[in-house]
Amino acid sequence: MKKNHEIWYERGFLLLCGFSVLLPLAILFYFVAQVVMDGFGRLSLQFLLGFPSRFAEQAGVLPGLVGSFYLLLITGLIALPIGVGAAVYLEEYGKRSRLATLIEVNISNLAGVPSVIYGLLGLAVFVRALGMGRSILAGGCTLAFLVLPIVVISTREALRTVPQGFREASAALGATKWQTIRGVVLPEAMPGILTGAILALSRALGETAPLVVVGALTYVTFLPNSLNSPFTALPLQIYNWVSRPQAAFAANAAAGIVVLLILMLAMNMIAVILRGRMQNRR
Amino acid sequence: MNVEQKEPARGGAIETREIVAGFDTREVLHGISMQIQPGQVTALIGPSGCGKSTFLRCLNRMHELVPSAFIRGSVQLDGQEVYDPELDPVFLRRRVGMVFQKPNPFPSMSIRDNVLAGLTLTNRLKASEADLLVERALNQAALWDEVKDRLKSPGMSLSGGQQQRLCIARSLAVDPDVLLMDEPCSALDPIATARVEDLIQSLAGDYTIIIVTHNMQQAARVSSRTAFLLSGELVEFAETNTIFTSPRDQRTEDYITGKFG
Repeated sequence: MKKNHEIWYERGFLLLCGFSVLLPLAILFYFVAQVVMDGFGRLSLQFLLGFPSRFAEQAGVLPGLVGSFYLLLITGLIALPIGVGAAVYLEEYGKRSRLATLIEVNISNLAGVPSVIYGLLGLAVFVRALGMGRSILAGGCTLAFLVLPIVVISTREALRTVPQGFREASAALGATKWQTIRGVVLPEAMPGILTGAILALSRALGETAPLVVVGALTYVTFLPNSLNSPFTALPLQIYNWVSRPQAAFAANAAAGIVVLLILMLAMNMIAVILRGRMQNRR
Repeated sequence: MNVEQKEPARGGAIETREIVAGFDTREVLHGISMQIQPGQVTALIGPSGCGKSTFLRCLNRMHELVPSAFIRGSVQLDGQEVYDPELDPVFLRRRVGMVFQKPNPFPSMSIRDNVLAGLTLTNRLKASEADLLVERALNQAALWDEVKDRLKSPGMSLSGGQQQRLCIARSLAVDPDVLLMDEPCSALDPIATARVEDLIQSLAGDYTIIIVTHNMQQAARVSSRTAFLLSGELVEFAETNTIFTSPRDQRTEDYITGKFG
């Protein structure tokens, strides 16, 4: 039989754990509620499809929305193939080499580098050295490098969850290493890879600082029409409105935040659903 | 000479000479020489850690997939050197199939796709032959009747014993000469074990089968020749009957009568 103090110890621990769950949730809820209350009045089709304006009531987020969409497209197209490729090399081929260990340490470090630094890298490499200018392409490339470590790390984790037995079974059937990776390992790891990819992209969606450094605009009255087009992004638009003194623009900022939050939530939901579906299939 | 007698043309004769193998500095096999007859079931018995599995994995060059592994000596398959540096192990493994201890059908694939995996992975599947191939391999593995109505369901939806027979069908579908089995029944219940044993006997003759087993009754039931390994040495290799009734070596007798192991 348990002694009395053991039961209290048990209850106390439970309480502590419950508190650690509830505290951040409560803070988050307070913030979201605040933002929704401030911005809900401004949310309308006109807000989603409108261009920025001097008049807060007429301003919309369309250039930011479209800009963010294109940025994500460019980021995904660059970061996913490179990131997955790098992870496959590190996990399946270069496992024991010294080079791989060196790269591995560096990737973990890169994941922790502040995003402003990536902005500076983007400015030096893409905007200036490669002559892309302050274009949406330069912005997308910069974000791609920012999320690359996340893609690599999450893909490696996904590859690691594939049991060694499947690789052996495939090898025993006479498949080469690459055939095994393509036909057995990658399909098994796919739910994890996709989840990581979507989480990486939703990180890119929220980034502001690197885009400021790369030279994204904040007041854009047109939609990007080519890769070389100047651009803005949703978080930049929000940042711009927040920095204005008028209260009406603060409401716009709140509405913009709601839009951004809904987008991120939707992306994370897709990740969850994809993962669930792929796991049900087996 | 009887014309209808099964031709011995089907390959699968294995001869090993002085195989020394291990990991890093630990030598597991200390020189094993064996002649394995084509179309027969050969059982490898011996206590845990005696090197049975390592020996088996030397035969299809799976041993060298472990990064720290080393091997010396010679293995010949129908007179051809398996460790010829010119020979890609990939092609060897298409002739020498392997069934593992734990059933391991690919989870992302259906029953049908699992059977065809060896061919699809290596881009050798002709679509027109697929159906016939699936049916033949599953029939050979005595699984066809149980799964023919649900070939599209996942391989993992089968019971453990069915999964293991699916893995055997998957190995047979690439049309090997030799089938290596590494304790194929150790994760199965007695009924499933009996079915796999029946299956092994029905495959004998068409394939050279080498089976590692912990279970001496199993060796006695399914094999025509038995090898007893102890601490990385081949102690005795003879007709299964001889091994179990009148072993020549005292250590063999002690092991099969249960004095150790």
